[in-house]
Amino acid sequence: MTELTKEMFERASEEQRNAEKIRRPSIKYWPDVWRRLKQNKLAMVGLVLIILITVMAIAGPMISGYTYYEQDYSNINVKPNSDFWFGTDELGRDLFTRTWYGARYSLLIGILAAAIDFTVGILYGGIAGVSSRRVDSIMMRIAEVIYSIPYLLVVILMSVVFSSQGSGTSLFVIILAMTITDWVPMAILVRGQVLQLKEAEYSLASESLGADQGWILRKHIIPNTLGPILVNVTLTIPRAIFAEATLGFLGLGLQAPKSSLGSLANDGLAGMAVGLTYQIIFPALLISLIMFSFNVLGDGLRDALDPRLRK
Amino acid sequence: MKKYLLKRFVMSIITLWAIVTITFFLMHAIPGNPFAKEGKMPPVVYENLQKKYGLDKPLYQQYLIYLGNLVRGDFGESMKSRVETVNDMIERGFPVSARLGAQALVFALIFGPALGAMAALYQNKMPDYISMIVAIIGISVPSFVMGTFLIQFVAKNVSFLPIGGWGEFKHTILPSFALGLMPLATMARLMRSSMLEVLNQDYIKTAKSKGLTKFAVIMKHAVRNAILPVVSVLGITISNLLVGSFVIEKIFGIPGLGMFFVKSIGNRDYTLIMGTTVFYALILVLMLLLVDITYMLVDPRIRLTEEGH
Repeated sequence: MTELTKEMFERASEEQRNAEKIRRPSIKYWPDVWRRLKQNKLAMVGLVLIILITVMAIAGPMISGYTYYEQDYSNINVKPNSDFWFGTDELGRDLFTRTWYGARYSLLIGILAAAIDFTVGILYGGIAGVSSRRVDSIMMRIAEVIYSIPYLLVVILMSVVFSSQGSGTSLFVIILAMTITDWVPMAILVRGQVLQLKEAEYSLASESLGADQGWILRKHIIPNTLGPILVNVTLTIPRAIFAEATLGFLGLGLQAPKSSLGSLANDGLAGMAVGLTYQIIFPALLISLIMFSFNVLGDGLRDALDPRLRK
Repeated sequence: MKKYLLKRFVMSIITLWAIVTITFFLMHAIPGNPFAKEGKMPPVVYENLQKKYGLDKPLYQQYLIYLGNLVRGDFGESMKSRVETVNDMIERGFPVSARLGAQALVFALIFGPALGAMAALYQNKMPDYISMIVAIIGISVPSFVMGTFLIQFVAKNVSFLPIGGWGEFKHTILPSFALGLMPLATMARLMRSSMLEVLNQDYIKTAKSKGLTKFAVIMKHAVRNAILPVVSVLGITISNLLVGSFVIEKIFGIPGLGMFFVKSIGNRDYTLIMGTTVFYALILVLMLLLVDITYMLVDPRIRLTEEGH
């Protein structure tokens, strides 16, 4: 063995000492998702549209100077002009105000329904996921039965039952009817995720390093489920908005003079029959835009959250 | 496999029973009496009406009678129509709705997966963009919007396509299109992503290196595997078609079951609402069962894992 002499050693330079240091800040999960989402042009268009529509739904009914219920018999079925930007309906109500007012209700219903689905789905799915196999299987069978009931049928039935003749359906009933079967996909998703992540190797690794269940849940399971849940929420909102619009279109929506986009389209259908196409075009266009925005944002989010697509 | 079939069958019966029960008690929870709209009537008439519809009996008896009648295929009488029973209306309306639904489904099934497969084969080229545009339109435009626009801009300008009505094949073209577009778009999207996944698999490479023609590789190896997710959403698709038909029949004035249903809601014809709901549920549960069986036949993995349990 050679003897170690002092000449064999050399003082490391500053540069060599720092060679292994990580200089750039490490990119955390959510900033990375946001970065990838930003690259998806379609999803960004959707996001911008959602923000714009939300702002207009809040501010729109205030800026035209008309109210949604005010009837003006001297201005019936006016075509869009500088006074009435979207025209007026057969009772002389300003359609610009009514359309944005309707968008307000549609968005509210979508967001509330998604929030309820989110809460119920996570609780139910989470409980099923951590329960014993027997409880889990019973809970899932119940969920399956509920889910195989066509949900618009339930929605229609509930709005028939809980609204007396001609009174329209209250916001509460609409949301209740909307969420009564729609929480199931969320519950199934959460349960699947919990079952899968509970057994994941990193959970096992964490456990064998001495982490307790709470830590694993907080640090591994919840952050990893959040992505798919978020995607599901963005796709629940347009589904609820669509269901409400269909309800309104079938004449089971909110009570007039309140309006939603669906009931406006229903009123507009009558207008279209006598050649007043503008009455249906604006609400129809707005529903489509809302559905489009949430759908492309949800898709974009799904792609951005999928680590397999990471470059 | 037999065990699985039996299990699915029992589940279907339970589902159906749950729907019937929920519907029955919901409809009987409606406050007030169903004849209120007829105006004031002498108490004798009212009592006779109650007796005629069995409303004088206790609720559980009414429920058992209703269940018994249903098992024998009797959906009850309409409260508003004096001549037709609910069965008559279903008999009259269902073939129309079924034809419309079937046409929309066939339309979606032919073009949806084809569009999705084309998009995947020509990723980021023209066919991909076209299919993406179709998919986005199909998903964002609700069928009632699509229907009205078709009437406004197509039917009014193209003379051989009528605005509404029913009877000949030409009457079914626009409604089937409006009804089928959303499922078509969903299927195209699903097909595209699953096809992209399949095309990257090793067995596709193997098939290619064996010297198979491109056509054979695509049809025999890629499409056959990629179509599975599309089959799995058939159940939901049929459910959506069913609900979509309410709207489409209303717009195009088609005398189908959906129109009866929508009208019965407007009329508050409780027995008809109940009858049609139960009938719809029955059709749907049957369809879901059929789809499951199909899925089992197409995908051998299901058969094996279910047997393994």
